[in-house]
Amino acid sequence: MAEVAATAPQTVARRPRLRGVTSLLGTVPFFAYVTIFLVIPTLVVVIGAFAGNDGGVSLDSIRALGNDVILDAFGRSIALSAISALVGAVLGALLAYALVTAKPEGVLRRTVTAAAGVLAQFGGVTLAFAFLATIGLSGFVTVWLQDTFAIDLYENGVWLFELPGLTLVYTYFQIPLMVIVFLPALDGIRPQWREATESLGGTTWQYWTRVAGPLLAPAFLGSTLLLFANSFSAYATAAALVSQGSPLVPLQIRGALTSEVVLGQQNLGKAMALGMVVVVAVVMALYTLLQKRTSKWLG
Amino acid sequence: MAGVIARRARKQRIFRWTVLIVLGVFFVLPFVAMIEFSTRDPGTWPLLVNWPELSERYPALAEGITNSLLQAALTAVLMLVLLVPTAVWVRLRLPKLRRLVEFICLLPLTIPAIVLVVGLAPVYAWVTYFLGGSSLTLVFAYTVLVLPYAYRAIDTGLSAIDVKTLAEAARSLGAGWGTVMWRVVLPNIRSAVLSAAFLTVALVLGEFTIASLLNRTNLQVAINFLGKSSATMSVAVSLTALLLAFVLLLLLSLLGERRRKSLKESA
Repeated sequence: MAEVAATAPQTVARRPRLRGVTSLLGTVPFFAYVTIFLVIPTLVVVIGAFAGNDGGVSLDSIRALGNDVILDAFGRSIALSAISALVGAVLGALLAYALVTAKPEGVLRRTVTAAAGVLAQFGGVTLAFAFLATIGLSGFVTVWLQDTFAIDLYENGVWLFELPGLTLVYTYFQIPLMVIVFLPALDGIRPQWREATESLGGTTWQYWTRVAGPLLAPAFLGSTLLLFANSFSAYATAAALVSQGSPLVPLQIRGALTSEVVLGQQNLGKAMALGMVVVVAVVMALYTLLQKRTSKWLG
Repeated sequence: MAGVIARRARKQRIFRWTVLIVLGVFFVLPFVAMIEFSTRDPGTWPLLVNWPELSERYPALAEGITNSLLQAALTAVLMLVLLVPTAVWVRLRLPKLRRLVEFICLLPLTIPAIVLVVGLAPVYAWVTYFLGGSSLTLVFAYTVLVLPYAYRAIDTGLSAIDVKTLAEAARSLGAGWGTVMWRVVLPNIRSAVLSAAFLTVALVLGEFTIASLLNRTNLQVAINFLGKSSATMSVAVSLTALLLAFVLLLLLSLLGERRRKSLKESA
């Protein structure tokens, strides 16, 4: 009996730690799963980018990113993302402002926000086919313009499958995304600020350039960055539209994955993938920074 | 002053409708075009609803449709089995791990699918070795892909209820962890689970990148393949897939609205 009494406090003391261990067991399935299907793939990309063909550490793959073809692809990817982000941001902001001037609980605003939520997800192969049916060579608009006004959309070459076409198609999901992310910031603008400007003798122009503009600037910039990351990571739409050549980084990666690998460049795909992650990470870090400023000013 | 306000209201109204009409045309036009394009051949739509005929004429498309539906269902199940118990467990017993779990779940947002596929290729070499090359194995990758959206939905649902008290009450009445999960927590976060499942289905039905680069088939891969031979049919299938996803996502936003309303009423 005395023995039991002596050991009892010990077991009590040990229990919490034991409980901690068994508690951890409950999360094992989740962590095992994300390790295999998320952490390992990420490590494969990061480590692979710095691995030599013999298995040792090497900077060859990273150095190969300096190749003209790949640099061009990065340049085009960034240009496409920047232009489609800017166009999407400006038009999306206009649409968001149009919604803010409408009744807050009205049908119009609710319908458009719901539609924007749906359309922002609309991308990929189906979007490519939607545009093929619209302004493809025998598309609805192409044929109609030709028949009624004798206007040839493709007088100066078929631009749908190149950067101008991709920009137009990307805008289709960028505008709705802008509406969703920019609307909360616009809602943060108080009508009293405008009244205050007016009672101090300010004009509409002054209100927009001196009051609302600067207040909205971080939100606008941040949203634009998010749009940039969104189109920079897009693959399916471009893959379905562009069948000749690989003008963009994601398409270059496709080439590296599917074609016969040039000897000595097995890890080039991983290096390009790492390059993409770096660009997206930088953009998203800036976005988070601006988002903090926005919530401070317009929260 | 009243005159100024009335004039501004009119100006805003003109501005509002100009923007809405111009952008509305831009957004509606592709849908009109798809309808027009897919009805050029009158046989397209009747063929699409005639499943036996369709699977005979376009076996790849039929396979893609079946695969995508199965993938969507299985991904939703795997996502829920993986995420709901973990999220509840972490809230109850390991609050310190919550940040880590959240970080991991949101990680796929910053990793483009095309990058993930590069890293998944060697992992899938093993998956193929153990489980074979079936297109259904894509479910593993898709579960990772939907993690951020599903986690947010479920986490919001769990934040709205007092998981700890509910679980303790059930446990003190003699319920095991299975009962707590299945009969106490789950019914309380039903709409969150439904949101997560809808989002999952919508995302999986639209997935192309991973399937095509890992040489597996699904709806989008089939549509893309079909586009090379029969443009009309592929546009018709695209339109159907889109409408299906739209209905799902609209139901989702209605669900969210109802939840907000009921929250407002109870507050």
